[in-house]
Amino acid sequence: MLNPSDFGAIWLTLKLAGLTTLILLVVGTPLAWWLARTRSRLKGPIGAVVALPIVLPPTVLGFYLLIIMGPNGPVGQFTQWAGMGLLPFTFGGLVVASVFYSLPFVVQPIQNAFEALGDRPLEAAATLGARPIDAFFSVAVPLAKPGFLTATVLGFAHTVGEFGVVLMIGGNIPDKTRVVSVQIYDHVEALEYAQAHWLAGGMVIFSFLVLAALYTLNPTGKKK
Amino acid sequence: MIEARFKLNYPGFTLDVDLSLPSTGVTALFGHSGSGKTTLLRSIAGLERVPGGRLVFDGEIWQDDNTFLPTHRRPLGYVFQEASLFPHLTVRGNLDYGMKRRPAKADFQSTVELLGIGHLLDRKPDRLSGGERQRIGIARALLTRPRLLLMDEPLAALDLARKCEILPYLEQLHEELKIPVLYVSHAPDEVARLADHLVALDAGRVVAAGPLAETLARADLPIRLGEDAGVVLDATVAARDEAWHLARVELPGGSYLWVRDEGHPIGKPLRVRVLARDVSLAREEPRDSTILNHLRVTVRELADDTHPALLLARAETDGQPLLARLTRRAAADMELAPGMAAWAQVKVVAVLG
Repeated sequence: MLNPSDFGAIWLTLKLAGLTTLILLVVGTPLAWWLARTRSRLKGPIGAVVALPIVLPPTVLGFYLLIIMGPNGPVGQFTQWAGMGLLPFTFGGLVVASVFYSLPFVVQPIQNAFEALGDRPLEAAATLGARPIDAFFSVAVPLAKPGFLTATVLGFAHTVGEFGVVLMIGGNIPDKTRVVSVQIYDHVEALEYAQAHWLAGGMVIFSFLVLAALYTLNPTGKKK
Repeated sequence: MIEARFKLNYPGFTLDVDLSLPSTGVTALFGHSGSGKTTLLRSIAGLERVPGGRLVFDGEIWQDDNTFLPTHRRPLGYVFQEASLFPHLTVRGNLDYGMKRRPAKADFQSTVELLGIGHLLDRKPDRLSGGERQRIGIARALLTRPRLLLMDEPLAALDLARKCEILPYLEQLHEELKIPVLYVSHAPDEVARLADHLVALDAGRVVAAGPLAETLARADLPIRLGEDAGVVLDATVAARDEAWHLARVELPGGSYLWVRDEGHPIGKPLRVRVLARDVSLAREEPRDSTILNHLRVTVRELADDTHPALLLARAETDGQPLLARLTRRAAADMELAPGMAAWAQVKVVAVLG
């Protein structure tokens, strides 16, 4: 059965994934809007940066985040100057790393949904007296709802599933940075296969249920 | 008065207009696709930003070198070709959307009645027919109490039956609305039925502008209207011949035409349309002809037509214009020339209601 440190890991994982998803929805929505609507030449490069975590090995991402947030990195220098200490090997560090790691999984579905809207609904809103920000919240966001649902589920699930970045940036500190995937790794290292089964099987079922719910409830998510 | 001056130059597309449009009645912006009529309408709405453009509406500057009033601050209503209702809102939600955002409110009940949409209020747009959607699009625009109504081919996406369903509502609007309407269309029959003024565009330039009857009757313009060249005349029902199901309609100068009796009461003003291809000219009053309508006319002008074999003759009967499409050979045989008196035979007169 699950022991207290397993429950600690589960709770930590849910907290990390929840917080990361929330931050990503707040930060990712304007970014997705900009990417969907801009005619700037920066669209290509910025879109590529957003998509990088999809193709990079998590260790690469973790390695550079570790350096940037470390004592000699620019972010590390800033956090020390601001009296927050250093981010690596803290829960805060994990959140920052997860935000980068899961960024494309939140931004891209929302961006696709905004792009599929086209200009017309916003033009119609403007002719009815809606300011652009008003039209965004009253027309664009409700119409992009399937995209937001997909983004939320994928962002959350993808963060739950991260491993390499966590190890690089957070290490393996119980109740601070030891998430479920790391806990499973520890059980396997210690040859505690039964324990590993409980957590790993739980992950499989959780992931299946979440994705099944998404694809059942949101069949229009991929609609043009 | 609406003054609009816009100049755009893209490869393959030009818009170069400098227009004064009347601030009453329906002005049709007429032209083939690619003539720039929709771009002009969008520029007037502020949906398209034309650098260096100028737009003054009733003395208010909406756009000049220093000003660009964004669309949401222009007191206009816009009806899109595909209605563009918000699919996440019910019909009522769509109607409320603009009313909540513009201070001046129109009378909800009478607008809903005018467009016959009272029974649809709780539906979602995907449960409506194309014609219903378009009527709701029109109501949604009117409910914001616009001072200018812009309509971008509101009938073009509909089939014939739906068109016939909406046209009476548009005619009703035409009678009841006090605000100017700019109506983009490429369909001559819609223009003939609805418009008071006509702006004809071709390749981004204005080729003719003015009151409808006058502009349609210009012999140099109809080339661009092709087969549909013709005139629109304002007439009044003067008598009805019940035995033959005919009605006699009188034109302002006193000439009259026999038309099919559609049941309109005597005294009712009507708009009738006579296409150039249905008018022929003769030196003598034709006798024993199957064509009922003979009018004494004076030939005013001869102009080129769509084919080198043809010409268009502009003639007048008691001040009312007519266009006749003739072969050049027939014109030469009867030595047709401006100033000559002749008889026009009119085969078909369409009553536009």
